[in-house]
Amino acid sequence: FQDQAEQFFRSGHTNNWAVLVCTSRFWFNYRHVANTLSVYRSVKRLGIPDSHIVLMLADDMACNPRNPKPATVFSHKNMELNVYGDDVEVDYRSYEVTVENFLRVLTGRIPPSTPRSKRLLSDDRSNILIYMTGHGGNGFLKFQDSEEITNVELADAFEQMWQKRRYNELLFIIDTCQGASMYERFYSRNIMALASSQVGEDSLSHQPDLGIGVHLMDRYTFYVLEFLEEIHPASQTNMNDLFQVCPKSLCVSTPGHRTDLFQRDPQNVLITDFFGSVRKVEITTETISLDRDLAGFEREFPEDELATEPLKYAEQLPVAQIIHQKPKQKDWHPPGGFILGLWALIIMVFFKTYGIKHMKHVF
Amino acid sequence: QVRLVVPIAVAFSPGSVPTDLPRPLPFRDDQEMEITVNLRTTVTSHYEVMYRGTTAQEEAALAAATAREADAALRPLQGVSMGSLTMYVVPETSSLLPQGISVYVGKHRSALVRAGGSLAALQARLQQVTQLMSFTATSMAAALSDRVPDGRLSPDSRRSLKSSLGYEITFSLLNPDPKSHAVDWDIEGAVNCYVKPVLDKLSLVANFSVDSQILYYAVLGVTPRYDKESSSFLLSTHSLPHVINPVEARLGSSAASLYPVLNFLLYVPERSHSPLYIQDKDGAPVSTNAFHSPRWGGIMVYNVEASASPQASLPLHVDVDMARVMEVFLAQLRLLFGLSREELPAEFLLESPGNEGLADWELDHLLWAHTVENIATVSTTLTSLAQLLDKIGNIVIKDDVASEVYRAVASVQSAVAKLGKGHLHSAFQASKEAVTSSERAFFDPSLLHLLYFPDDQKFAIYIPLFLPMAVPILLSLAKIVRETRQRKKEPTKMD
Repeated sequence: FQDQAEQFFRSGHTNNWAVLVCTSRFWFNYRHVANTLSVYRSVKRLGIPDSHIVLMLADDMACNPRNPKPATVFSHKNMELNVYGDDVEVDYRSYEVTVENFLRVLTGRIPPSTPRSKRLLSDDRSNILIYMTGHGGNGFLKFQDSEEITNVELADAFEQMWQKRRYNELLFIIDTCQGASMYERFYSRNIMALASSQVGEDSLSHQPDLGIGVHLMDRYTFYVLEFLEEIHPASQTNMNDLFQVCPKSLCVSTPGHRTDLFQRDPQNVLITDFFGSVRKVEITTETISLDRDLAGFEREFPEDELATEPLKYAEQLPVAQIIHQKPKQKDWHPPGGFILGLWALIIMVFFKTYGIKHMKHVF
Repeated sequence: QVRLVVPIAVAFSPGSVPTDLPRPLPFRDDQEMEITVNLRTTVTSHYEVMYRGTTAQEEAALAAATAREADAALRPLQGVSMGSLTMYVVPETSSLLPQGISVYVGKHRSALVRAGGSLAALQARLQQVTQLMSFTATSMAAALSDRVPDGRLSPDSRRSLKSSLGYEITFSLLNPDPKSHAVDWDIEGAVNCYVKPVLDKLSLVANFSVDSQILYYAVLGVTPRYDKESSSFLLSTHSLPHVINPVEARLGSSAASLYPVLNFLLYVPERSHSPLYIQDKDGAPVSTNAFHSPRWGGIMVYNVEASASPQASLPLHVDVDMARVMEVFLAQLRLLFGLSREELPAEFLLESPGNEGLADWELDHLLWAHTVENIATVSTTLTSLAQLLDKIGNIVIKDDVASEVYRAVASVQSAVAKLGKGHLHSAFQASKEAVTSSERAFFDPSLLHLLYFPDDQKFAIYIPLFLPMAVPILLSLAKIVRETRQRKKEPTKMD
């Protein structure tokens, strides 16, 4: 039993999380949503439950007025596979997909009122899969056409996660143009990164669908998904196979990967370590002996339960505190050196130009 | 650099005093042991051993017939302080301990040790008992598992639950075949009778909340194999990891609390798959018919006896024997917390804790591990918070974040001081406070580095505004300087 236990414990994680982010909105970015939803489907199929998946989507595809097949998002030509389905659980949708929310999810600095489904409650034995897709450039990733996240910020966020031991191992997959620039700056331990294209290259989309009118998927994710279709929860395929997934002939761009920060050899890392959720189990061989007669049937039910008044919804929010708060007195600070120097310069120039005799009008 | 002090009293009953004592009783002897976790972290365990003779009351208690009665009688004579141990040495020929057993560990904080002749042998045995009842090098390494260099940890150490302020326990009954079995379980009664005493004892460690649910048509993810010889269905060990996932999606982890959830599932197999047994590695059915997953919970399969007559009306009414079920679940709860009684030397006899679920010394064991883990967590958190503040120079710390940091530092210092004095209970409370404060400070929503602009961004905004304005000013300045220089030259030229 010990060697089997060794094998089970090879990766050292006890639970799996997935953070899937689609950073684009608008109808012509259909393929990014389809990418993310397809990865979501695979990850659910391989065992990670919704409670452990944080899905961030603009979610404006399925009910978009331009969608000829409402309430569906297809990932395959000829509308073979509807990845939207009946049970998709989007945690951050539409305008909630911002850089700030993404970083809050990663670092855990979330306002206390956030529901549990929107939190990443990982611990030091969690393996996390982070998948990002959208439009990117050299060193940044565009979020919803209005802001961007740089690779430095992302690396810092991962470092904060590592400092607080919010992950055991992390797999970062990015499918954007020049995706490899996003993982260049990582410096925390136990991170493995994959990208769909190198710096200077664009990631291309796969197939347009004439019925829907847009490109349905990106090439890299399409081939990754074909690869994942063959994985089942008990498979022993390792990461080296995932690295080979989309050669230049199929993908046109050159996928890259980074494993120098990772402790284990990619040969030993199973795909299901990140994409699935294979639990470590042990047979229970001990029992305790309970004395049935002693069991306090004569114990009174605790009647000392404090009767708390049912709180009205409004009372649970500290509205009173917020409304009646006096505006805080802002302390007056003397102007800083830069402003002082600038004004001194301006005054000097003025009086030099117009003559000193005007000073007496001022003072 | 934590010093753990364990006060130990060794009482020699008449006839058991070894001949080679260095000093006459009573005397004190302190031993220190260092556990090096990594280059910068060491845990020093300091055992304050007080050797003395037994008092008259203790001798009266030790004159009981069995070890258990002696243990019960000795309990009121000890102090109540947590973390301390008392060991009573009985003569070699004493009949208190059964044959072949040389150490008996009771339910509370005492142990009976058979005298072994020389002081050295006795001390070796005492060392073993002390380590069992308080903490060992492995349990300390497990508590500080994130500081241990990889590869040196045994698989055991990654199993137990992390120290947390509270835990949620959920009992679920899975009935995949409601047409055949109408299962009835008195979970509320069982929780009140069996689970509450255990949780009351553990209430010192954390807050617990219990809930329960019944799920219908919830099937296991694997199809069991039919075994002709035993005419039963078997689940092999390989398929067990895949059982949990399909069920977990339906369990509905609690939306309300942020504490770790422990799930205990009771599965009543379908009529077509009854009886269902779990096979261990050697192919034999497991006696408890249950398995558990570290940091998640446990599953037990409850087989319903097939009714004698095939014409019995379906659905069969099933009354679950909650005592048998709770025995397994509570044992799994102990294992999830890391309290295992498996690896013991043969000559040790441990008293079963009965309905309380765990012995006092096991509670101490948990408290030692959790206190050290809390202290380590607080120091890591505060260090990384300081590093974050160094990196982003212009971050603004709100007053309440600052006060939480001060409180965390004060609490952790007091926890370390109390550990150094041997007050386990107050050290644990202080460490809990420290963890709460430090987590609140670290995870404050205002510390997002995105909200603070680095200097280069500030320049990038202001330079396009001020540079055009500054050009005429600088040119005028240059003109002024030139004119002043010219004027200075002129008086010398003029005569």
